[in-house]
Amino acid sequence: MNIDEYRGILVVGEVYDGKVRPVTYQLISKAREMASSLNTKLSAVLMGNNISQYANDMIAYGADTAYIMEDKVLESYVSELYASVLARFIESIKPEIVLIPATHTGREYGPRIAAYLQTGMTADCTDLQIRNGKFIQIRPAYGGNIMGEIITPNHRPQIATVRPNVFKVGNYDKQRKGETVKVKPDMSNINIRTMIKDIVKTTVTGTKKVDEARVVVSGGRGIGSKEGFSILQDLADLLGGAVGASRVAVELGWMPKSAQVGQSGLTVAPDLYIAVGISGTIQHIVGMKDSKIIIAINKDPNAPIFNIADFGIVGDYREIIPIFIEELKKELKK
Amino acid sequence: MKILVLVKQVPDTTDVKFNENGVMIREGLQSILNMFDQFALEEALRIREMYGGEVSVMTLAPEQAKTAMQKCLALGADKAYHISDRAFGGSDTLATSYALSLAVQKTGPYDIIFAGNQATDGDTGHIGPQVAEWMKIPHTSYVERVEKIENGTITVKSLLEDGYRMIEMKLPALVACIPPPNFEYSNPSMSGIIKAKNKPYIWMKADDIDGDKSKFGLNGSPTRVVKMYPPPKRERGQIFTGDYSESVRKIIEHLKEKKVIE
Ligand SMILES: Cc1cc2nc3c(=O)[nH]c(=O)nc-3n(C[C@H](O)[C@H](O)[C@H](O)COP(=O)(O)OP(=O)(O)OC[C@H]3O[C@@H](n4cnc5c(N)ncnc54)[C@H](O)[C@@H]3O)c2cc1C
Ligand SMILES: Nc1ncnc2c1ncn2[C@@H]1O[C@H](COP(=O)(O)O)[C@@H](O)[C@H]1O
Repeated sequence: MNIDEYRGILVVGEVYDGKVRPVTYQLISKAREMASSLNTKLSAVLMGNNISQYANDMIAYGADTAYIMEDKVLESYVSELYASVLARFIESIKPEIVLIPATHTGREYGPRIAAYLQTGMTADCTDLQIRNGKFIQIRPAYGGNIMGEIITPNHRPQIATVRPNVFKVGNYDKQRKGETVKVKPDMSNINIRTMIKDIVKTTVTGTKKVDEARVVVSGGRGIGSKEGFSILQDLADLLGGAVGASRVAVELGWMPKSAQVGQSGLTVAPDLYIAVGISGTIQHIVGMKDSKIIIAINKDPNAPIFNIADFGIVGDYREIIPIFIEELKKELKK
Repeated sequence: MKILVLVKQVPDTTDVKFNENGVMIREGLQSILNMFDQFALEEALRIREMYGGEVSVMTLAPEQAKTAMQKCLALGADKAYHISDRAFGGSDTLATSYALSLAVQKTGPYDIIFAGNQATDGDTGHIGPQVAEWMKIPHTSYVERVEKIENGTITVKSLLEDGYRMIEMKLPALVACIPPPNFEYSNPSMSGIIKAKNKPYIWMKADDIDGDKSKFGLNGSPTRVVKMYPPPKRERGQIFTGDYSESVRKIIEHLKEKKVIE
């Protein structure tokens, strides 16, 4: 492998439910900075059907080239298909760095791409840096207890999946110039043995997705019942946010799995995270510790969640949340 | 039905101690069977119960991982393959998945290969998908349940961030499993532990799997870990124990300053 043949950064975008996932633009924004410091080009690729209207957004966020791969077959995501088509595309444009969203889908097809290309891959990065022209991939391991820095010295491309919400979207510049390239997906000799039989959504339509919300109000065992969550919903609605949960609250059937924050659930990094009746075990904390502001409400003054909270109130949430709602309403009326 | 489960022994990271510099102390950590893998094994055993067949477990690890393998046998697996060789030292996920895929082909063919969705040490979730890619077979991650096996296909329930998909794959296929929220892990029974001692336990070396040796171990690993350090610490902030209204108002003031509420 002649690694000098590989140039530029490629961001793999994702379309989900007919919309571009926000992480796509977060990665493009971050990659824009990286491309500038490497003095190289940034491209982004989107796969699906009827998606060419998004090319301009990718450029406005910083891509020099927006690749659009459209086909009816690509409308529904299947890992073996996406992995093969993307791997072939990557082989054809030879980028030095490829960033893939660490969504459920990205973590499914991503590793297959790395094996196909026989190159290195770093999972679930929470930071990326360019140091002395080198690409440093930073990620947690051991249940969030250790951070590791990983490099891929002699193989190209260097591939990383990156968690949603660890990077913020940058400037949207409508005037930015870039090129849109339509690519015919290479699906020759691909034998697809996977079929989607059904898709079921467990989040209530109209409610915000926990991993995309600016404010997350999460409840744990301390909420005490399914009904208890309705007051968290009221608070979340007032703040334009979503309701999350600890694993225990999900296990008890109070909230759907799609609301679970933590090691075996979602990783979130909203502007504001309010943890209510959550003790703050390491498995929960790894999923939310990158939130900008953390508020904890817990009746146990020794709950570990207070150790990472910017603000905490010791007491019963049944009394505190109504006051919070009351005071917020006053504030919002002003 | 021939079934294989890929398993890994991991340090128990739920009970980690730190030294005064905030660095995780790795010595003395208990070794356990990766919980995702135990769930995968229990799914495999449930499938065997329903459709008959044989369940083998496989690991690529130093000798001490035998404890986790014995647990698998005690839980009901029929046979164990333990691949252990200095040649595999320093393997990253690409090199590990390559060696595993060779061993799978050597000891197979299998109808279904199970893996955990991720191992709680490295937490990469790469191995399942990558073994599938080396073998060019279909796979699905985030599988919470195997629904059925019928006419040479397997149907699985795979979690999305906001729901799930029912996916049907032609066999042979690989499924990477994630335990549902209220899954109750079994404990090996006394008779299970005794029976385990007489089950086939097959040791394999690098020479026992045919493949390109330059792709084994550190040499075959494109990635390098260059640094490890404790995660950035968040400082304990202001914790109010007094009057609720006053505390709430102070917090709201701050949220306004930070423009979280406008
Ligand atoms: C492999 C693995 C993966 C895991 N993944 C996750 C994960 O993804 N997400 C996750 O959250 N956990 C995860 N866990 C579980 C984790 O270890 C904890 O069991 C869980 O986070 C605890 O949830 P909790 O804080 O709601 O419950 P508890 O620890 O029981 O805490 C409840 C808290 O509520 C407080 N409380 C009670 N009543 C009130 C009241 N009226 N008002 C105010 N406070 C009150 C109590 O003081 C207590 O601190 C995982 C565990 C393992 C082993
Ligand atoms: N060394 C190994 N030997 C056997 N199986 C493994 C090994 N490493 C990982 N696996 C399997 O792959 C899954 C995902 O692991 P990882 O990619 O390390 O997060 C695990 O849950 C195991 O099923």
